[in-house]
Amino acid sequence: MTDDTLRTDGGTATFTARLRRNVEQMTIEDAGLYVVLLLAAGFYLVPIESGLVTSIKTGTAIVETAPFAPPGPSGFTLEKWQAAVEALLRGIGNSMLYAVPATVISAFVGSITAYGLTIPDWKQSYKALVLALIIAGIFIPYQAVLVPLTQFWSQWAQLTDLLSFVWALGVPNDYVGIVELVVTHVAYGIPICTLLFRTYYKTMSEEMIESARLDGATLRRVYRRIVFPLSGPMFAVVLIYQFTQIWNDLLFTLVLVSTESSPAAPVVLILAGLGTSLEGQDFALRMAGAFFAALPTLAVYIFFGDEFAEGVAA
Amino acid sequence: MRRAITPGSADDQRVNDAGGERDAVRTDGGVVNEDSRSPDSESGSLDRLAAGIDGLLGSDFLESSIFWVPPFLLMGLFVYGAVIWNFLISLTDYQRFANAPDYSNLDFEMYTRALADSGFIDAAVNTFILLVAFTAGTLAVGLILAILIDRGIRFENSFRTIYLLPMSLSFVVTAQFWLWIYNYNNGIANRVIGLVGVGPISWLGNQTIVLWAVIFALMWQFSGYAMVVYLAGLRAIPDEHYEAAKVDGASTLKMYWRVIIPQLKGATISAAVVLMVFGMKAFDFLYSLVGGYRPPNGADILATKMVREAYANLNWAYGAAIAIVLFAMALGVIGPYLVYEYRRNNL
Repeated sequence: MTDDTLRTDGGTATFTARLRRNVEQMTIEDAGLYVVLLLAAGFYLVPIESGLVTSIKTGTAIVETAPFAPPGPSGFTLEKWQAAVEALLRGIGNSMLYAVPATVISAFVGSITAYGLTIPDWKQSYKALVLALIIAGIFIPYQAVLVPLTQFWSQWAQLTDLLSFVWALGVPNDYVGIVELVVTHVAYGIPICTLLFRTYYKTMSEEMIESARLDGATLRRVYRRIVFPLSGPMFAVVLIYQFTQIWNDLLFTLVLVSTESSPAAPVVLILAGLGTSLEGQDFALRMAGAFFAALPTLAVYIFFGDEFAEGVAA
Repeated sequence: MRRAITPGSADDQRVNDAGGERDAVRTDGGVVNEDSRSPDSESGSLDRLAAGIDGLLGSDFLESSIFWVPPFLLMGLFVYGAVIWNFLISLTDYQRFANAPDYSNLDFEMYTRALADSGFIDAAVNTFILLVAFTAGTLAVGLILAILIDRGIRFENSFRTIYLLPMSLSFVVTAQFWLWIYNYNNGIANRVIGLVGVGPISWLGNQTIVLWAVIFALMWQFSGYAMVVYLAGLRAIPDEHYEAAKVDGASTLKMYWRVIIPQLKGATISAAVVLMVFGMKAFDFLYSLVGGYRPPNGADILATKMVREAYANLNWAYGAAIAIVLFAMALGVIGPYLVYEYRRNNL
């Protein structure tokens, strides 16, 4: 609150002058507040910072320097980053293969599902029931569906030729798991995407839809011409949220792709095995791998921080 | 965010009332429907049937169903269908080498086996501890951060960004960081306690400590999330409430405790439910710590035991039974939550 009053007259002042005035007007209580906030920031950053400096240290520097200290000039190396990129690059590509389509499809499906459930002339109790069944899907632990899911993809889908389109498209055998991941993530993404769009559509003006309806527009037309074009901001939120979730998920990749040696192994799977398949004590390699694997979601976070916050808070 | 905070019921009420009005109008409004329905459903009896269903369910029901029924079925089969299938499998003896489960002989053997399995009991207790301690701790940290950030500070966005940063990372990535923090020889955790002359401690090797070390790491990852939810809740509280408390002479502490925090009930409930879901996913974290199905001793939870039994030991039916227990735990949280949201007219 003091913040705002300071800012209004501080537009023209130089930075140092403003800083001095801020410091002068700062009470002890304010100062304490900033100290606590900075300490908290340190708490969140130190594990990441420690990982980053460790990833560029030589083996001896890791042992000799403090875990949070940067390496000296003699202890600096990019060797582990090179090794991590070599080990994980293939995984990054594989993750993109399912994370991008699954994100886009699930966002779109969530949008039309929510739209269908927002149409005014529907009895509230039925709508609430359907919505409750969908939303409950967000909270069901994946473990509760894991064995049937494996059964479904490994036996049932093949018995019933459900996957024939995969072979018809010429997808190599190793990559069937990628297709399965897309379908699985879309199915399990419907609940959260629907909920997010539903909260958004509820606030959208109903008169607009109503008047278009009275002009004789079909629901499909209303969606295409009115609702979809207005959904941009929510699509941004949902796409970012879903991409992060799908990219970060390990469990489904573990049971659908199963081994990190598979040519189709996603990056999380390779990273999770990095400690065992390579030398377990090689912390520099682990850290370099962690950063490399996190690059896409970190980029999303840095560029779309506000949308990300909105997505997780919704 | 808005869902949890806006009292919204007035708005919803209006929607409901409008719906009621339209219901009354609709009986004679068949003409409007004819227009909007696809022209190929010309045959009379089918039309009457549709009109009958319309009368029962609402005029837009059929037309809107094309939007939500297919996704609902896909999701329903993958979630509810799978849970029922999982329950069936848990009643069989399905194990390695079998091609398909044998459904002819169903019993609760796997559940009695679980009760006699001390590993299962330990994992269940650990799951409970993890969920409760992680959720409560994360909520507390998030609330404190939100209150501090909400005091009109400078660089609010930067602080918020930093606090939320760990949440954008996967469990697989953060597990690497925390392996290094908890490293016995040169980890920061031991350096910090070394400052006060304690340690070093084998954080991940000590059975009584490891679960708390894991909970601490999970709190680090998700307290920013709790902060964001609480911040939204705080912003929804009118300034007058703060001022009124000040006028009444309440101290800052008392004001938050008596006036502000009670108003954050909605935010607390929705954040707690979501945090429990993240807690259930701690499997990813524990798997990545060791790069395998066997988490450090003392940190086994139902989520890890379930996957280990099914995918490493190939005790499919037993794994399915553990999954049902986990599902029941989740249901105990979801059920009341959905009822709460329904009562608040948020569905």
